[in-house]
This record gives sequence, structure tokens and C-alpha cells, in this order.
Amino acid sequence: MSRSWQSRAWGTISTYVFWVFMTLLTLIPIWWMFVVSMRTRVELFGRPNLMLNRLYLENYSNVLTDSAFQRYMTNSLVVSTANALLVMILALLATYALSRYKLAGRDNIFFWLITNRMAPPAAFLLPLYIMFTRTFRLGDWTLFDTQLGLILLYCVFNLPFAIWLLKGVVDGIPIELDDAAMIDGAGLWGVLRHVIIPLAAPGLAVTGILSWIFAWNEYLFAANLTSVVARTITTALAEFVTVTGTNWGELAAMSMVTLVPSAIIVIFAQRYIVMGLTFGAVKE
Amino acid sequence: MRNPRVGWALLSPTLIILLIFGFAPFVYVLVVGFFDWNVFAAEDGLRFNGLDNFRRLVFDELFLSSVGLTIRFAVFAIASEIVLGFALAQMLTRNFPGKSLFRIIHTFPLMVAPIAVGAIWRLLVIPGFGPVPFFLDRWFDLTYQIGTYPDQALMTSVIMDIWHWTPFVTLTMLAGLSSIPREPVEQAKVDGANRLQVFWYVTLPFLRPVLLTTVFIRIMDAIRTVDEVWMLAGGGPGTRFTGIYIWRVTSPAASADWGYGSSVSLITLYLTIVLCWLLFIAISGRRKGEVE
Repeated sequence: MSRSWQSRAWGTISTYVFWVFMTLLTLIPIWWMFVVSMRTRVELFGRPNLMLNRLYLENYSNVLTDSAFQRYMTNSLVVSTANALLVMILALLATYALSRYKLAGRDNIFFWLITNRMAPPAAFLLPLYIMFTRTFRLGDWTLFDTQLGLILLYCVFNLPFAIWLLKGVVDGIPIELDDAAMIDGAGLWGVLRHVIIPLAAPGLAVTGILSWIFAWNEYLFAANLTSVVARTITTALAEFVTVTGTNWGELAAMSMVTLVPSAIIVIFAQRYIVMGLTFGAVKE
Repeated sequence: MRNPRVGWALLSPTLIILLIFGFAPFVYVLVVGFFDWNVFAAEDGLRFNGLDNFRRLVFDELFLSSVGLTIRFAVFAIASEIVLGFALAQMLTRNFPGKSLFRIIHTFPLMVAPIAVGAIWRLLVIPGFGPVPFFLDRWFDLTYQIGTYPDQALMTSVIMDIWHWTPFVTLTMLAGLSSIPREPVEQAKVDGANRLQVFWYVTLPFLRPVLLTTVFIRIMDAIRTVDEVWMLAGGGPGTRFTGIYIWRVTSPAASADWGYGSSVSLITLYLTIVLCWLLFIAISGRRKGEVE
């Protein structure tokens, strides 16, 4: 009796020791960045000190009052939000079509839609650059360096993911509900509004949140397909690292700012994210 | 009753966007890879040169070394992530108070922008004030400088990738583990199987599809890793670690000659597919001549 109690106690203790250790491994790198963001240039050098000496907020105020950074920030917010909304709408329509209509070769279409996500972005930089600067132009206006360009482009990796996720959700809604609504005189929009959207709401929310964060985090396209006007916050981070000395404090402060949405989402919507990320791997 | 035309109309915006921004670039790379198209050449335009780009590519030492590095990076990172992620998932199947808090913290790196992950790790390893070189030197008398030693740069990138992506493996494994039915495990225990045997003969076969999908997703992501590594090691003097895509983005040869650049993209796509396919055969355990 006492022995099993002892071994269970040891089990509990070792579990906690292990998880505290893992948590430290996860958090120390982020904590170090936070510490760096709270230091002046001079304080940084010398023996690395993991403790926070004082609250020094000048790096943050420098970054946040910088007009270029404000523009980057606005761009990121606009692009991510517009892209997430667009993806939610288009993916819902597409999955509804794939799930309810007998379209020729719809399984192939579904599979093709999904494969779009597998493409390595760097491989397509060049054609996209040419497309943005030369193909899409009206007089002086080109798609290059516009928020619209990024919003549309991010659909390429967000839409497949969203359709993959929503397909299962929409398939799970009994078709009899659609039929009942139609008999009551609802048209297509009526069915979507009163049957599909309310029932698919959690799935739609996951889709929206994850699309938003993917768009917010994206760097490669944003760096290469914008120049001044439509640059996003991730490109600002990369631009900060220069050959001729970098202000590490401000870089850290800026990185901390980009982490804020991720932190909020992880804390408040963790369950849904887990569902969204593991959905594909576990289904099938 | 349901008119397919309405279905196509609903699907069309998605199809149009993906055809323009997803499919067209692919076709472009496919075609231009067989042409000589140097933007700085005297005469403008494309010149067909068959497989010359690919011939040049297989003798390009810089390209070959970056392929080797990418494969080493992917193998080290993914193998560690699978083992670690599985162990963590196994520990999360048990219930203990505070589990959800640990899980939330563990999930956090997944949501961090790759470019910020690069920044975080750069701050850790930077010579002068980063704690990692300092303490390695103080405690182990080890000179750590990723700008000077390519191997250290590679290992740092691997560790960074493990930090960033292990949570993903943990989550998929956890979902896989919790979908395993209890009866076979219990039965095996009744039959006298030890823990290792239960794992090998019961858990692993059930987990195989999840494992396979996870590894595929990780391979595709690892091969195209650019942002983090670029932020970690690039942007300054002494850049030594270059994965394929970093090489593709930064190499003057590949960025001036658009045809050559396209052939690099093609070859890498092809390598990705072959790698995934080989792995599929290996894991799914389908032997020669065996019929589904």
C-alpha cells in the first residue's frame, strides 16, 4: 500500500519536474528577447544577465511612434484581416459547392485545391514577381506593392487549408436540413445563412483565426512583392538586421509587438487551434 | 433539383484565384526551366536550351552543398521532433492538475512568426551579448560562433526548428494517441506483452497514418524553411549556412538567370516529391509486389 503511494508520488513529482523543465525551454528564449527589449545599447554587452534590471520602455516608444513602423503595422492588420474574411467566405462557398452539388470530377478538384498548399513559396517568387509587376497593370498601377496583391496571394496557401478544414464540417451537416429549409421556401442564400453558417460557425472561426495568423506571420512574399507602400511588419523585422550594426533593443521590442496577436490567440482560442491544426493529420 | 451550374458558380472565385496565383506560376516554372533567360544579357528574351540548365545545376557545387545541407537539416530536425513530440504526447495522455497550462505554453512557439523565431534565436546566439556563446565558453570552454563554423550554424538551425515545430508533432501525436481504441492495448497486456511490445505491436500500427501525415507535413515545411534560418544566420557578414531556397533567393547566378533559377525550383520540387514518396513506401511497409 505505502509503496504504491510512494511510487505514485514519485511519478507526480517527476511529471511536474519534467513539464516545468519543458516550459522553461519554451519560454527562456522569449524571455531573453523581452529582457533585451528592456535594455539600452550599453546595458546589453558584458555578462549576459537573464534578470530584468528595470523597466526601460524607450525601445518600445521609439518603435511604436515611428511612422514607418505604424504603416507596416496597419498594412499587416489590413492584409491579415481582409485575407481572413475573404478566405472564410470563399472557402465556405467552395466547400458548400463541393459537398452538395454533383460536379464533374469534384474529388479531383478537391485534391487539386489541397495540393496548392504544398508548393514551396520560394520556388514561385520569380513568376509571381513578373506577374505582379508586368501582367497585372493598368497604366501606372500594378499589383506590385499593393495590399490587394498580398490579400489575393495569401489565398493560395490559406484557401486550401480552409477548404480542407471546412469540407469535413460541411459534410457533417445533414443534407436533410438544407432540404427542409428549401421546402420552407429558402433560396441558396437562405440555406447558407440560416443552416450552414450557424452550424459551421466553430469551424469557420478556426479557419478565420488560423488564416489570420498565417497571413500575419508571412514574410517571403511580403518582402519580395512589396517595396514601400504595402510592406508588412515581418519585413520590418528583417530589414532591421543590417551589416552596419543593428539596434538589438529595438529589434527585440518590435518582435515582441509581433508576438502579441499570437499570444492572445494561443491563450484564448487554444482548443480550437489544436482542433484546426490536427484535423488533417487525424482525419483519414 | 440542385443545378450543377450554381455549384460551379460558387466554386469559381476559389478556382480563379488559385489558377492565377497558384497554378500559373507552377506552369511558368515548368516552362522557363528549359530556357536561357538572362536578364542582364544583351539580347532580351528567352532562348530554348533544353536540359542545359539542369546539366549546369548538377555540376554547381554551391547548389549541391546546399541540397546536402537541406537534407541533413531536415533529417536531424524531423527525427528529433518525432521522438520528442511522441514522448511529450505520451506524457499528455495522463491527467494531472495544470496540464492544460503546460500544453498552452508548449503550443505557443507554433503561432510565432518564423521571422520572429529567427530574431529570438539570433538574440540568444549573437556573439557579444547572447547568453548561449557566453555560457558555452564559460562552462564548457567551447568556442561558439555560427558565423565561423558551418556545423554550429546547422545545429543551431536544427535546434531552432525543434523549438518551433515539436509542438506541432506533439499535437498531432496526441490526437492520434487519443483515437486509439483501448481494447487491443488491454488485450495485449492480458496476453503478457510488456510495454515495449505493446508500443511496437499495437500503438505504432494504429499510429502509422498520423505519423505518416505528420512527417509529410514536416518534410514539406522543413525543405522550404527560409525565414527563420535567414533571420538567424543571414543578413550579415559570414553567412555560412544555406538551404536550397536560401541559396535560390540569394545566389546571384540563380537570380540573374531566370531560366536557371526556375530549373532550381523544379529540381527541388521534384526532390521533395521523391523524398515523400520514398518515405511513404518505407513507412507504409508496402513491399514489392504486394497488392493493396
